[in-house]
Amino acid sequence: MADQPLIFARDLVKRFGDFTAVNGIDLEVAPGEAFGFLGPNGAGKSSTMRMIGCVSVPTSGQLRILGMDPAREGTAIRARLGVCPQLDNLDPDLTVRENLTTYARYFGLSRAESGRRADELLEFVRLSDRAKGKVEPLSGGMKRRLTIARALVNEPDLVLLDEPTTGLDPQARHLLWERLFRLKQRGTTLVLTTHYMDEAEQLCDRLVVMDGGKIIASGSPRSLIETYSTAEVLELRFPDGLDLNGDYAAKLEGVGERIDPLPDRVLVYADDGDAALAEVHRRGLTPSSVLVRRSTLEDVFLQLTGRTLVD
Amino acid sequence: MTAGTLHPTLAVFGRQLALYRRLWQASVFSSFVLPVLFLVSIGIGVGRYVGTLEGVDYLAWIVPGVLASTVLQISMGESTYAVLGDFKWSRAYHAMRATPVRPVDIVCGHLLYLVLRAEVAVVAFLLVVVFFGGLHSPWSLVAPLVCAVLTVATAAPVTAFAAAIDHDSYFALLYRFVVIPSTLFAGVFFPVEQLPAVVRPLAYASPLWHGVELCRAATLGRVTAWPPVVHVGYLLLWAVGGVTLAVLAFKRRLED
Amino acid sequence: MLTTFVASPARVTRVSSGRVGAVINRNVGALRSGPSYWIVLLSGFFEPLLYLLSIGVGVGALVGALTVDGRSMSYAAFVAPAMLAVSAMTGVLAETTFNFFHKFKYAKTFEAVLATPVRPIEIALGELVWAVTRGSFYTAIFLVVMAVMGLTTPGLALAAFPATVLVGLAFGAVGMAVSTLMRGWQDFDLLNIGQFALFLFSGTFSPVRDYPLVMEILIQVTPLYHAVELVRALCLGAIGLGSLVHVAYLAVMIAGGLWFASRRLTRMLCV
Repeated sequence: MADQPLIFARDLVKRFGDFTAVNGIDLEVAPGEAFGFLGPNGAGKSSTMRMIGCVSVPTSGQLRILGMDPAREGTAIRARLGVCPQLDNLDPDLTVRENLTTYARYFGLSRAESGRRADELLEFVRLSDRAKGKVEPLSGGMKRRLTIARALVNEPDLVLLDEPTTGLDPQARHLLWERLFRLKQRGTTLVLTTHYMDEAEQLCDRLVVMDGGKIIASGSPRSLIETYSTAEVLELRFPDGLDLNGDYAAKLEGVGERIDPLPDRVLVYADDGDAALAEVHRRGLTPSSVLVRRSTLEDVFLQLTGRTLVD
Repeated sequence: MTAGTLHPTLAVFGRQLALYRRLWQASVFSSFVLPVLFLVSIGIGVGRYVGTLEGVDYLAWIVPGVLASTVLQISMGESTYAVLGDFKWSRAYHAMRATPVRPVDIVCGHLLYLVLRAEVAVVAFLLVVVFFGGLHSPWSLVAPLVCAVLTVATAAPVTAFAAAIDHDSYFALLYRFVVIPSTLFAGVFFPVEQLPAVVRPLAYASPLWHGVELCRAATLGRVTAWPPVVHVGYLLLWAVGGVTLAVLAFKRRLED
Repeated sequence: MLTTFVASPARVTRVSSGRVGAVINRNVGALRSGPSYWIVLLSGFFEPLLYLLSIGVGVGALVGALTVDGRSMSYAAFVAPAMLAVSAMTGVLAETTFNFFHKFKYAKTFEAVLATPVRPIEIALGELVWAVTRGSFYTAIFLVVMAVMGLTTPGLALAAFPATVLVGLAFGAVGMAVSTLMRGWQDFDLLNIGQFALFLFSGTFSPVRDYPLVMEILIQVTPLYHAVELVRALCLGAIGLGSLVHVAYLAVMIAGGLWFASRRLTRMLCV
């Protein structure tokens, strides 16, 4: 039981009419793992999440959640899942605390137990002082935290978070990350989707990069960067760059392992960014701005798909 | 894994009650004051000119009609915008779907709540009517039971409809072309025998008429013209058909 | 450029029919949003007609003839003008309360409109004209139906039509004023109940003389009573000096409602 994967998928496909949202993916998520789906909008992340959440039936392929078959044992599986959907679906006519207690009742919890867990979780997501208030006045970040608290009300074995921080301001994101990190430390298995590389790096032990319904790479954030990128990246902007970045790329040939001319800047992939910059200057090139930074998942994505992640 | 102690249908029912606790004041008017106003305006005001109908005063004659149409009103009021809203705006049903609650639980919990809502209004209305002298028989006690069946027979198909559509402007059409015509022509204010023979079958087809017939037999203590089993059977047909369609529609909408 | 700039403050203080027209035009544009909207709009006139058939004709068959103020008439002929007045009221109120509130509070339509040279009073007028146009459409069809059913004559129907426009303007103006006071959708329940109580007791289904004196006086204070009495007098060809009281009452509603609505709009949107 211990080494049995919580999620197991082989050649999983989801089609909506002619459109193939998920095109044959393989997955295994082990207990205690924090697993991420990274990809742009429309990559198939949410469709995959909905299949894992047993609210969407796979078109073909094999899928087992918590060792069970979603088609036949959906109810039993959902009893042990916590789901935080992409769109908040809190009940606007109920109070903050009632949102949790009402939801807890869907899992068959007693009134007393529902109340106890609601108070505990409100404490955990720092919303205790809003318990009696309505949902509507809450900020985006607070609503998200409440939705996450709600997803935890049944003490789930597996928590699914679909774009947990999309649309939140930086402060709200960091608070949310910190709370999710705590969950991870407690040994809760997290599966999340995101189109933010920083989020994936912060939270995920392991992730897959999705594009066009397929998994195009997988591994830990670090290993992905090591495999598909260099340790550092040198970003150069030229005063007359916009149309001439292609020409500059030609002049930079051989400076790093790889040169990538983007519309607004030229990226030089090199293990030693400073050394590469020295070489740029030696060749008599004078960029208007220079940045040496560590490689990120964005670079991995760019390398894999030839385009940026931000949509 | 948590031990289930509460049936998910009851959990859905509980959620509706929690909402009702907050919104009941608004419903007092629509489900209680309005029927009484109707009774005073038409039953007493117009009744003065009508005199007696089928051997009873006009007020007593329309009491069961207004009672049944109140039930229809509550069924509609809670199964149209409220249901679509929980799919589209609050997405509360999607939230339920992520838990062990099944579509059939959502539908049944919703209908259970509606029966409660209708019964509260029915009992309050009947109590008021006693003071108007509008109840002529102890069989009136059966009326709430009839109303419970009528609630499900009307609310279930409408719930299915609300779960199948995507835009709320259809509800205005439902009200204009189904609810209001049946309220006005299905034996609430005058006997359907008065209708031209061409449209009479429409009245017979409406569940409301069957509910009115049963309620009228109960409050006036007389037998229905058709065998009661036909009326009850017809209502049950709508109820079972409606629940089936509603469950299917909920499944379709919540599972892609 | 400069002259326009200097001249404009003087110009915007006058109500511009062009700008009022622009507000109306927006509503016409919204009409194109879908076929279901059309059906909803067109079917609006059915409701009073169904009441006429059910209560007027159906219950009327049980009532027989009715004698009011010494005139004998069929019950349907008594109820029909009342349903006509009600139809003038509801058609307009649907637009100036529910739809107006939505545009005002949620869609922020007016906020966007006020960012242009259009002024609050022009919004109020534009919305009102639009609503009355919609309402008059219902009443015109209804009058045709009445004439066909023999409940009034074509000549009297023509005379009654302007009265229904007046009724529409009066309820539209007051409806808008009330909408600016609404706190949320729950207040519409109260409005609906008020509207429904007026519908049931304004001498619509039985003469107000029948009610106890206190209630009769109370009803005579409310607006739909005046609308029903005026329209009924015209439809039955029983117009008298007393009808002027009803006209005056409706005129006060128009002036007061418009004044209040544009003042509230100014205060809430131009801050």
